[in-house]
Amino acid sequence: MTTHDYFGDLTTSIRSQLAPGEEFSANLGGESSEFVRFNGGAVRQAGSVDQLALDLDLARGSRHVESSFTLSGDRELDDARIAQALASMRTQLDSVPPDPYLMRPDEVRSTAVTAESSLPEAGEAVDAIRRAGTGRDLVGVYAAGSSVTGFADSRGQLNWHESANFSLDWSFYLRADKAVKNLYAGTEWDTAALDRKVEWSQRQLDVLDRDPIDLEPGGYPTYLAPTAMQEIASMLSWGGFGLRSHRTKQTPLLRMIAEGATFHPSITISEDTVGGTAPNFQEQGFLRPDRVTMVEGGVFNDHLVSPRSAREYGVATNGAAGGESPQSFRMEPGDIPADEVVDRLGTGLFVGNLWYLNFSDRSACRTTGMTRFATFWVDDGEITAPVNVLRFDDTAFNLLGTRLVGLTDTTELIPDSSTYQRRSTDSLQLPGALVEEMTFTL
Amino acid sequence: MLDLLEPRLVAAMPAGVDYCSMRYFDQQVESLQVLDDVAEPARSTRDVGVMVTIWSNGGLGYAATSDLSPAGLDAAVARARHWADVTAGLGVLATAPLGHPVGEYRSSVERSWADIGLSDRIDLLRTQCEALGGDDRIVERAVGLSVIGRDTLLVTDDGGRVHQHFDAAFPTMSVTANDGANTQTRTFAAHSAYGQGGVEVLDRYGYLDAAPRLAREAVALLDAPNCPSGVMDLLLGPDQMVLQIHESIGHPLELDRILGDERNYAGTSFVTPDMFGTFAYGSPLLNVTFDPTVDGEISSYAFDDDGTPATRQFLIRKGILERPLGGAISQARSGLEGVANSRACSWNRPPMDRMANLNVEPGDSTFDELVGSIEHGVFMQTNTSWSIDDSRNKFQFSCEYGTLIEDGELTTTVRNPSYRGISRNFWRDLAGVGNRDLFQAFGVPNCGKGEPNQTIWVGHATPPCHFRDVEVFGGAS
Repeated sequence: MTTHDYFGDLTTSIRSQLAPGEEFSANLGGESSEFVRFNGGAVRQAGSVDQLALDLDLARGSRHVESSFTLSGDRELDDARIAQALASMRTQLDSVPPDPYLMRPDEVRSTAVTAESSLPEAGEAVDAIRRAGTGRDLVGVYAAGSSVTGFADSRGQLNWHESANFSLDWSFYLRADKAVKNLYAGTEWDTAALDRKVEWSQRQLDVLDRDPIDLEPGGYPTYLAPTAMQEIASMLSWGGFGLRSHRTKQTPLLRMIAEGATFHPSITISEDTVGGTAPNFQEQGFLRPDRVTMVEGGVFNDHLVSPRSAREYGVATNGAAGGESPQSFRMEPGDIPADEVVDRLGTGLFVGNLWYLNFSDRSACRTTGMTRFATFWVDDGEITAPVNVLRFDDTAFNLLGTRLVGLTDTTELIPDSSTYQRRSTDSLQLPGALVEEMTFTL
Repeated sequence: MLDLLEPRLVAAMPAGVDYCSMRYFDQQVESLQVLDDVAEPARSTRDVGVMVTIWSNGGLGYAATSDLSPAGLDAAVARARHWADVTAGLGVLATAPLGHPVGEYRSSVERSWADIGLSDRIDLLRTQCEALGGDDRIVERAVGLSVIGRDTLLVTDDGGRVHQHFDAAFPTMSVTANDGANTQTRTFAAHSAYGQGGVEVLDRYGYLDAAPRLAREAVALLDAPNCPSGVMDLLLGPDQMVLQIHESIGHPLELDRILGDERNYAGTSFVTPDMFGTFAYGSPLLNVTFDPTVDGEISSYAFDDDGTPATRQFLIRKGILERPLGGAISQARSGLEGVANSRACSWNRPPMDRMANLNVEPGDSTFDELVGSIEHGVFMQTNTSWSIDDSRNKFQFSCEYGTLIEDGELTTTVRNPSYRGISRNFWRDLAGVGNRDLFQAFGVPNCGKGEPNQTIWVGHATPPCHFRDVEVFGGAS
């Protein structure tokens, strides 16, 4: 029996156990994953994780409670866990107040997406990765396997998203903190594609082998590669677009709504569900539109609105999850040819990766963080030397606003390789950014 | 459940391998949140599973499963054995440096949460949420409570059995005020005031009295001047010291980082193996311990998740670096003595070197003496932002609340207080350490690390500390 069918059977069973006046919704999350961790080309840890978890919401009128628990995949054991959860939740329902912000979909809209894939056998992947690391100091993690997300409710809606993919998130280290980071991810393993990524990293490594330079704090012309822009985008996603963060004035884009501040006209940011890899439904069963444009031409355009915020503030939901953060972040490209960025930079910093960003003044969208991995000094259009790590402290209204020269004419799809609790299905589609001056402080 | 499961674990132990352990993890969390006087749905979470670890023929494999049926456990054993075969001769260590421990641990609980029903807990939170109001400029009030019970059982293939039960409570509170483009938030110790125990955890941190003060302070920050910029003295309260300790002592001393395991993700360390025993990490006032014996601190335990017995150890004594945060496997790889800090966030992730209770030991200064010794500086409380480089050296922190210190007196409230520095220099400028009366156990609830990623809670007990000549600055306007 497939996991899809199993989920359908479980939720049919739950539906049959409901008492009059009760409603439920359920979310299933699961994965069957392989993880191999490398250090110095050797295997540090290797193993597999098989997990299924069910989130149940049981409602009686507008009173409702939630229960989340792991499933075994064994029907008898899982029926017992569900029965135990329902009994406990019924007791709790007597003790909780009505929830004025409970919202359910008006229509029943079932969907199913199962993506095709071809993953390597574990030993094959380990062999290929070890070959790539031969003669080099390779450190990183290989993750692969299937991932499922499901929604069902007492009205009979059932949504399903199933995919299988792999990612090799790795670095080649030269010495100390001098390294090149790369990511090979997809649904069809291709050793030749891995080899091309390895060759690119090796070329970067050759440049890193030059004597590094220390830069004094100050302002420098800077090119932020898409992998560096990923960190900027992640910070913007932390409260930047959610309706609640705007209404409670906690958004880092506060100056946009309080003072009319804008980004550069070339900045357009959207939640691009149709172009991403995340499910097109959220935990209350609302479907997401193909695209929500939050910033258009540098001006704030629309919020991400969860059902809860929609009820609280009396607006329509657009299928955002509870956190109201993008899961398929897209920034439109600009007009700088990607292969001309070093020439266009002239003299300044080429930043391949940023690291450990945080707001140093959230209301002003002022952000601090570090350079990491491949960061180079460019002199008159030529990469000349690696640069030792620098701390920046600057606002997005500078970097994506008054000091933005432009964006590259191509974007890069960057899968979120994070694996907290389980493998992420989020992604970002980003161009590189050329900035007239970025402020470095330490 | 444990009674049913333990015989299954023992029965599923494979023969013909060098070492096998099975680690059962069962965590129940009851979570509540009241947001702007509205109770969000009560949430119960139960996370149960088993990790099987097998060392065999120079290979190491693990398999984690939520299928606890006999067939599910047998399948997990087969997968772990397969991984041990695939990695035979390829690992960083060929044999298990692990034993077969026997022991128990249980958190101390004075007053059980079982005596406080769901509606009473909601009422308790509603009262606190209401007490966060009172000013038109307050735009969000949030309070929360998570009550946690965790059972872990480690059994090994030669009779090892460690059962530990943990009870803990995580109370939270925050209030946000706004005036135009200026938003200020005060939290209850940046969500770091938690610990093992029952209802008494609330009293330990004064949770039930905190709301009116936090609301007043959030509003006061709207009208406060920006923190001044310049090189000056810094007095850090315990709810900021936790992050300072965590980022610039804890992470650099993790032995797996020093050995390079984290270089692709969480980073490396400026600390190298040759520094232990000689390196002056801080001034002679700096004493840092790994201490799993502090009653009520969140990461107290008798054994780590590899089964190594846990004892108190000095990592830094009188400023000199003595030993790293490294568990049995890292110790075997490096030849360095470490501590029992091999920990996993759940059943579905393997243990690795983590902080547990990492504490700055108290000194001998009263709070008045600490303030009185500062001619020109800022007293900063409650972390709101943290960032540090991948070698854990160049850092920058911001706090929620600052108070100027002028001629030995606390004077004006300032907003957006921030400072930056370099770890290997910063602790050498430690000029004063609060005494035992000022020593408080807090923690970091969301320490992220590892591939695959893991988030874990850690404890940091500390008094307030005084640092000389720090680069201080304020917000953007």
